Amino acid sequence: MAHQRRSPRRDGAPALERRRFLGYLLAAPTLAVAARLGADLSSDTPAEAAIPSLPGPADLLDLGDALTLAAAPTSGLIGIQLNRDGTVSFAVPRAEVGQGITTTVAMLIAEEMDLPLEKVGVNLADARPELVFNQLTGGSNSVRSLYTPVRTAAAVARRRLLTTAAEQWKLDPATLTARDGMIRSSAGHSASYGSLAEAAASPRTEEVSTTLKAAEEFRIIGTPTTRIDALDAVTGRKQFTMDLAVPDAKPTMICRPPTTSGTVRSVANLGAVAAMPGVTDVVEVSSGVAVRAETFGQCIDAVRALRVDWGPGPVDGESDASVEDKLRAATLPMAVPPVLTKTIDAEFVFNFASNSALETNCAIADVRADRAEIWSGLKSPIVAQEQIAAMLGLPIPAVTVHVVTGGGSFGRKLFGDAALEAAEVSQAMGKPVKLMWHRADDSRHGRTHPMSISRIRVNHALGNVVSYEQRHTSVTTDFGHGLGEILTAVAAKLPVGDVGFSQTVFLLSQSNPYNFGVVTNLLNEVPLKFHTASMRNVYSPNVVCARELVVDQLASAMGQDPLTFRRGFLKDERFRTALDKAAEVGQWGRELPDGMAQGIAFHCEYKSASAVLVEIDCRPETVERPIRDGVGGPRVTRVAAVVDAGLPINPKGLEAQTIGCVNDGIALALTSSLHMDNGLPLEASWDNYFYTRQWNTPPELEVVVLPATTGEPGGAGELAVASAFAATAAAYGRATGTMPTRFPINHGTLSFEPKPTVPPIPDSPVDGLAHTF
Amino acid sequence: MSPHTFLVNGTRVTVDTDDKVRLLWVLRDLLGITGPKYGCGINVCKACTSHLNGKAFNPCSVPVSAVGPDDEITTIEGIADAESGTLHPMQEEWLAHDVAQCGYCQPGQIMAAIAKVNQAHAQGREISDTDLDEIRNICRCGTYSRIRDAVKTAAAKM
Ligand code: FES
Ligand code: FES
Repeated sequence: MAHQRRSPRRDGAPALERRRFLGYLLAAPTLAVAARLGADLSSDTPAEAAIPSLPGPADLLDLGDALTLAAAPTSGLIGIQLNRDGTVSFAVPRAEVGQGITTTVAMLIAEEMDLPLEKVGVNLADARPELVFNQLTGGSNSVRSLYTPVRTAAAVARRRLLTTAAEQWKLDPATLTARDGMIRSSAGHSASYGSLAEAAASPRTEEVSTTLKAAEEFRIIGTPTTRIDALDAVTGRKQFTMDLAVPDAKPTMICRPPTTSGTVRSVANLGAVAAMPGVTDVVEVSSGVAVRAETFGQCIDAVRALRVDWGPGPVDGESDASVEDKLRAATLPMAVPPVLTKTIDAEFVFNFASNSALETNCAIADVRADRAEIWSGLKSPIVAQEQIAAMLGLPIPAVTVHVVTGGGSFGRKLFGDAALEAAEVSQAMGKPVKLMWHRADDSRHGRTHPMSISRIRVNHALGNVVSYEQRHTSVTTDFGHGLGEILTAVAAKLPVGDVGFSQTVFLLSQSNPYNFGVVTNLLNEVPLKFHTASMRNVYSPNVVCARELVVDQLASAMGQDPLTFRRGFLKDERFRTALDKAAEVGQWGRELPDGMAQGIAFHCEYKSASAVLVEIDCRPETVERPIRDGVGGPRVTRVAAVVDAGLPINPKGLEAQTIGCVNDGIALALTSSLHMDNGLPLEASWDNYFYTRQWNTPPELEVVVLPATTGEPGGAGELAVASAFAATAAAYGRATGTMPTRFPINHGTLSFEPKPTVPPIPDSPVDGLAHTF
Repeated sequence: MSPHTFLVNGTRVTVDTDDKVRLLWVLRDLLGITGPKYGCGINVCKACTSHLNGKAFNPCSVPVSAVGPDDEITTIEGIADAESGTLHPMQEEWLAHDVAQCGYCQPGQIMAAIAKVNQAHAQGREISDTDLDEIRNICRCGTYSRIRDAVKTAAAKM
């Protein structure tokens, strides 16, 4: 969509004129504008190196680029409407799950239209099949793919308002100004955008071209901005799926099997349970037995009362140890033999982890004979719509899918598991249902980030790294959320060879930022039928943690400090700047008591870079501090996290996401994992799955969002998980004198009493009044 | 089924349901008060935190029969000044620090934080890092450090 005219400069070098972008005026009662989704590609150039590494696939084109490229030829229009009251409306074809995309998009519109931010209303678009692959929220790609189209549409609107006012006042548009939702002339005329909304409307849809503001003119982009939904969040007005009042959609839960994907053989007391207080319906469905009642409390009672004979599932015999053995057996061999060099070989094990959001899987479904309406937090709503239509035997247009604000995702909402299940249950009962997974279900039957093993061999000689090989072996990650086919198609055109889809994602996301000579990163997958999905930052946390720990070992083998070593081998000045900033803010090398240490790590991805410095306290009095129904362990006491996002649109939002990434990284390093036991995780709630809590979070945390570097927004919502994980692991290694190789470090000790699997969910306590404060 | 009468956010309500239905479901499913969120149902995640007679409690773990006509439940919806609509200082500081990400845990976080500060003040002291470490509410988006900052500044205004 960008048309770039190159004119020769006097010195012979080509210069860029101000680029023009194509947008549309739409035929509508009030001013409506649009632009097509899709964007330009830009690529990083690898820096000079002692022993230069060839650019890896992720250096040429990363996952976000591939998503953007995949979307370009098939994408539809995204439109902005100016209302008579001077507000504008935009339905963003993405999910809002806490990452702040609605705020970012509102900022882009306000910037380019010269409108106060409060006048911009952004909501979430229903599933729009014509957008095909362009309605997926993932790969940190949202801001990158929307940045130019949204601004283009807004710029078309602003220009149209200027020309409309100029015609009315019979003045040259160039003499008018647009500011704060008003058009003014030097002669004293003024008109609000709202008053021009009808006059500016176009009688027909036509293509128009426009320029965009230059970075120097930005007044909103780059300014720290509070989220547009902040007030709703603190007053309880923010609505999630389970807060919606859909007529007759009553609480519904599923009684689930004691092993993954176990099946119902028979139910002994279906009739008796259907007669329990408040219960309206009990039916067998593919995932178990569904109950619908007046309250979720009565659903819980009914689920617990069901006597079900369960058939086996596909992974009943699998536990942590058996999965680990299979992964080790499947690890691909190294290519470079240790000849005439010194070698470091290392192996790291990363246990199953949960991407459970605080909002459990949930959806509302109202399925009728000829149509269905679904409400759910979905990152891939078109796929959900297609799958639901196929399952119900309805044409796709008969299925309306509303995307509802989600209570977190971390990869979980890529799949419409609850939406599909709700549709099935609603059809089976012939009634609307408000289906919610119990926390125990979400933890045990929800998708997990699978176990993986990373093996690394590095050869070094004479102060150089000659080769770096990493072999990552993982239980297959399910990418079946509809992104697969199209990305594989795009990948076929890339210089990555003939590889499958997971390998494509792996290759596109894993680049090595260091000059380590011959670099090969390979992924092998072991197909076991666990419920799996990506988790925030996908492969990177594990891959990068392993790499950065080996980097520390290399530094020590070469007698260098971890910071100095990294500075010397990083490929790019931009990377060094981020690293140096983390070292400066975190006071790298400062004096600490025995048992405490610092760790530093670097990661780049999605055209962004991040460096994190962590200080950890591993002294016995800290590690053994008593915590009721939780784990203490080593405490991260200070963190400095630096993010270079290319062009930070909302530094306040980036800071928030980075704070979240740091807490995720700490959890992965120290406390949070699932113990797989005969086909099911032992963990059934937050008193078993130890995500970071206040008693684990660093009391001192400083995030630095660097000023614009590349001028193009990179993705940054997940990036720092990897660097924070790695820095925490490195700090732990330096504090204890032993490099950790199994994560999280407390996985070997089971710190809780597992809850029963039959009945599948625990009863709610009745002693709440004994714990007030 | 039996009638249960109590006060919610200043209004007297009567609901007809089983004695043992936990208050969270009475609030959410029967009264349509959806500020308190479900995150576990076993008094662990604290997403449902509300106040009973001014003290923090978790309605997922209290049967409706445990409250009587004089008991007053306050949820996030009732914490701002009812007359003027002025936000509670804790809510103001939540905005000033832009604490919420997905926002799902935040009603519970704010209600717990208010009670925690009140508790410290009643003991004649300021809120400390140890108090903050004791807040059990989970935030899966990891907003913990902004929560700590917001509680400290709000405490100075309470
Ligand atoms: S839902 Fe009440 S504490 Fe989790
Ligand atoms: S803001 Fe998402 S769980 Fe706390």
